[in-house]
Amino acid sequence: MEWVNAVLQGTLLGGLYALFAAGLSLIFGVMRLVNIAHGDLIVLAAYLALSITAGFGLHPLLALLLVVPAMGLLGYALQRGLINFTMGGDILPPLLVTFGLSVIIQNGLLMGYTADPQKLQAGALETASLTLLGLTAGVLPLLTFALAVAVIGALQWMFYRTAMGRAFRATSDRQDVALLMGLNRAHVFGLAMALSLAVTAIAGVLLGIRTGFDPAGGGARLIFGFEAVIIGGLGNLWGTLAGGVILGIAQAIGGQIHPGLQILAGHLVFLAVLAVRPRGLFPKMEG
Amino acid sequence: MAEPLLAIDRLDVFHGDFQALYGVEAEIAAGEMVAVIGANGAGKTTLLSALAGLLPRPAAAIRWQGSPIGALRADRVARLGIALVPEGRLLFPSLTIEENLIIGGRMGRRGPWGLEAVYRLFPILRERRAFAPAQLSGGQQQMAAIGRALMANPALILIDEISLGLAPVVVRQLYEVLPAIVGEGMAAIVVEQDTSRALSVSRRFYCLQEGRVALAGASGSVTREAIGRAYFGV
Repeated sequence: MEWVNAVLQGTLLGGLYALFAAGLSLIFGVMRLVNIAHGDLIVLAAYLALSITAGFGLHPLLALLLVVPAMGLLGYALQRGLINFTMGGDILPPLLVTFGLSVIIQNGLLMGYTADPQKLQAGALETASLTLLGLTAGVLPLLTFALAVAVIGALQWMFYRTAMGRAFRATSDRQDVALLMGLNRAHVFGLAMALSLAVTAIAGVLLGIRTGFDPAGGGARLIFGFEAVIIGGLGNLWGTLAGGVILGIAQAIGGQIHPGLQILAGHLVFLAVLAVRPRGLFPKMEG
Repeated sequence: MAEPLLAIDRLDVFHGDFQALYGVEAEIAAGEMVAVIGANGAGKTTLLSALAGLLPRPAAAIRWQGSPIGALRADRVARLGIALVPEGRLLFPSLTIEENLIIGGRMGRRGPWGLEAVYRLFPILRERRAFAPAQLSGGQQQMAAIGRALMANPALILIDEISLGLAPVVVRQLYEVLPAIVGEGMAAIVVEQDTSRALSVSRRFYCLQEGRVALAGASGSVTREAIGRAYFGV
């Protein structure tokens, strides 16, 4: 039974990893940008929520109403004001600039909030749980997983059913021809980054309630997000959810075998998938 | 004389260090169909790409209704009402045929063309509207690429190598619909290697040779010999 429980807890944890990954997957899909600062932006969103909850006395989930648009705006400004200038034929400049951004965010947070670990206080939600058929699951992990499914469903719908999604796919397909459709590439990229960081805001707040955070915690979130994207297959959002779940289950089972194995087991499964299926388990079909 | 729709004045265009166009002069009036002919590598595709804003070009060398547009980005040029049907179709592979058409009309310019009108012009596209571009034949893809440009209701449509790689019967079909397109008051510049076909549909022509206009005039009155000399430079 405890193994079944481990799989359940791992699956729910996978929801959080999918939220880490969805924004990465989105911007890679639209503009082939690998955002090294993604994990630090997740942590930044958590700190933003911390300040809002402390300042206004809001519940962290209510703070999302402010954190999500704020991160979205930041994403648009960041893309148009900085990252767009590095986008071109070469993949290296944006990589270096987002790496620099990562260092700046970490040190900025260190100056503003000190190195002390912080946590978002969500009251009864943190400990509430449901028991069914002898299995117990926390309400927060269940909520996280449900939000992950909702976010990925919404992104999928946006991508395949809306004018903005068409613009994203067209720009991803052929940037030059997209210009001929009157699409302003800088604006399209800005929107993609805005959406990516809006998802990051949700991930950051849930992370902050669940485990707490400190200024140096971005790197691990970036790795988990990357691994979920790669396991699931580039360019496939539902695959990203599956990738997150596989990573979560691997960690939970590893932790069940030996507590020290938890993180390592996730990396090993990632490497195994990379060795056997380099394009991920569910790569996007080329049309 | 009234201001032409588009005027090209001493247009030099470079691909890196290589100069592809030398002082090209040309113009087109509203509603007019003009052919650009010339051998492979004469600079025809370069000319259309420069007009559409995809290549760097001198700011003052291209005037649209009297205003210089040489410094505009391609998306700004498109918004003025200049649509390019690129060589090789270049449909968006991850969009369905219908989505390719819809995105062509996203700028919302007014005019006679919409999904219904394009489907009436090319009924096969209605049947294949949910297909991916790769599932269509080359001719059907060319129809979709023309349809995508028409959806923008442009004042000027630039069509690059309309017949390249297509079966003769398909080429004939496409040329049959061209007058209907220009009949809607749209001007067209058609780039074509098939000289006689290009001359038969156009009112005027420009013949490019190694990046320069070697001959220009009325399509109806030019002799084969004159074209031959301008085409091959002999």
